[in-house]
Amino acid sequence: MLAVRNVTAGYGDFNALFDVTLDVRAGEAVAVIGPNGAGKTTLLRLISKLIQPRRGELTFDGASLAPVPAHAVVARGIAHVPENRRLFPRLTAEENLRMGAYTSRSEYAQRLEQVYALFPRLKERRAQAAGTLSGGEQQMCAIARALMSRPKLLLLDEPSAGLAPVVVQSIFELVRRICAEGYTVLIVEQNIRQVLKVVERAYLLEAGRIVRSGRAADLMAAPEIQKAYLGL
Amino acid sequence: MSDIFDIYLLEAVLNGLLLGGLLALLSLGLNLVFGVIDVVWICYAELIMCGMYAVYYLYVQYHWPLALAMLAAIGVVALLGWLLHQFVIRPVLNAEPINQLLVTGGVLFFLQAAATLAFGIEFKNLGVSLPSVRLGEMSFSGARLVAFGTALAGVIALWLFLRKTYLGTAIRAISQDRAIMPLMGVNPARIFAITSALGGAFAGLAACLLVLQYDVHPAIGLSFGPITFLICVLGGLGNMLGGFVAAFVFAQFIAVGGFFFAVEWGYVIAFVFFIAVMFWRPRGILGK
Repeated sequence: MLAVRNVTAGYGDFNALFDVTLDVRAGEAVAVIGPNGAGKTTLLRLISKLIQPRRGELTFDGASLAPVPAHAVVARGIAHVPENRRLFPRLTAEENLRMGAYTSRSEYAQRLEQVYALFPRLKERRAQAAGTLSGGEQQMCAIARALMSRPKLLLLDEPSAGLAPVVVQSIFELVRRICAEGYTVLIVEQNIRQVLKVVERAYLLEAGRIVRSGRAADLMAAPEIQKAYLGL
Repeated sequence: MSDIFDIYLLEAVLNGLLLGGLLALLSLGLNLVFGVIDVVWICYAELIMCGMYAVYYLYVQYHWPLALAMLAAIGVVALLGWLLHQFVIRPVLNAEPINQLLVTGGVLFFLQAAATLAFGIEFKNLGVSLPSVRLGEMSFSGARLVAFGTALAGVIALWLFLRKTYLGTAIRAISQDRAIMPLMGVNPARIFAITSALGGAFAGLAACLLVLQYDVHPAIGLSFGPITFLICVLGGLGNMLGGFVAAFVFAQFIAVGGFFFAVEWGYVIAFVFFIAVMFWRPRGILGK
């Protein structure tokens, strides 16, 4: 579904990704793991076309993403939950969801119902300013906003960052349910132990390069990952 | 004796209310543009001046029906707002705020000079006078009543637009987080262009109401440009509700202050109030 081929990208004079190749197949849940500053967020920003590749190719559903401007990516079927959630703090929770449906207005009422079924808490908080929601609720709202466009591919950037441990558990449970609902998910995480339990495959990104990839269970069992990232 | 005193005071308060409606409408477009694009159109009142000339020429010279001339003027100023954004604001969108002020300040003098060249310096009058309305002992200018009603309708229409439509929600959202708008499928450049045209349309609407009350001349912007700007600052720049409240507060100072002293004193008191508020709440009455 998504193919990233030998992509190099970065900001200004600085490259953050080098020769990255990665695939996500329909129905899969895939993680990109790695330390802080490895280029994980840059990778998602690249797929959303918020930054342009310097070299290499991006294709989605068989069509190149090269000529697609950032604001047309959602309509192609890719929704992005950005780092730090980035809700519109002074819009209500429901208005944030409406923004998520900006390109799919005719389905708004139906999608709203489906998303509220998945996140009943948001329905209770619908009229509340998003900035006043708790951290966990904000993360739910950010994910729900992305789901409003009925994406073929959902990009999640560190959904567990900055949340209390007990809330982290519930967010990963939610991600698991979203994967179970049949969404294709590409998730970027530092919380490697948790994320590897949710996804089927993972890539290890270090200093802008993919250094390892494979089934989640195999990565979890790999001695160097256990030593470097899992503290075993 | 005290009866007469009260009814004149009441008249002053009500006239202040009417003036407040007009000032609220004046501040609306400027606040909208600043709130969304984060750039102050110093030349806002000059856009209004252009709108007043548009009404004047279409109605007096070309004998269009007044309503049609006014609609066309709103369209003309909306177009000017869009042009201002595309050709003047866009190139300095990421520049220092002082540079943005200077370019729109340059447009102010450009429009004034261009209007002097094109239309001459004489005062032009529409020649329309609406009858004043008497209510018991009190009398109210018909033009001000119309302006008040239109201003209120404009405020409500804008509020509903910003609350109830996708485009309006996007306009509010973009002022809160410009960078992620593309992730919503929104093209920020398009929202900015639409907002600028909308800000222009409100300047055009204000022009239609002002031209009913005042003669138009190339420097007329200077007589209500500063007050419009002060009201926006008083309410908290970019805060439309704040601007709305500030317009009515400011107008009461002018009207009631003018009632107790002389009309000029009304303005003096209002500006002293403004300076006091700037010490007390530098970000405006409702500023955050």
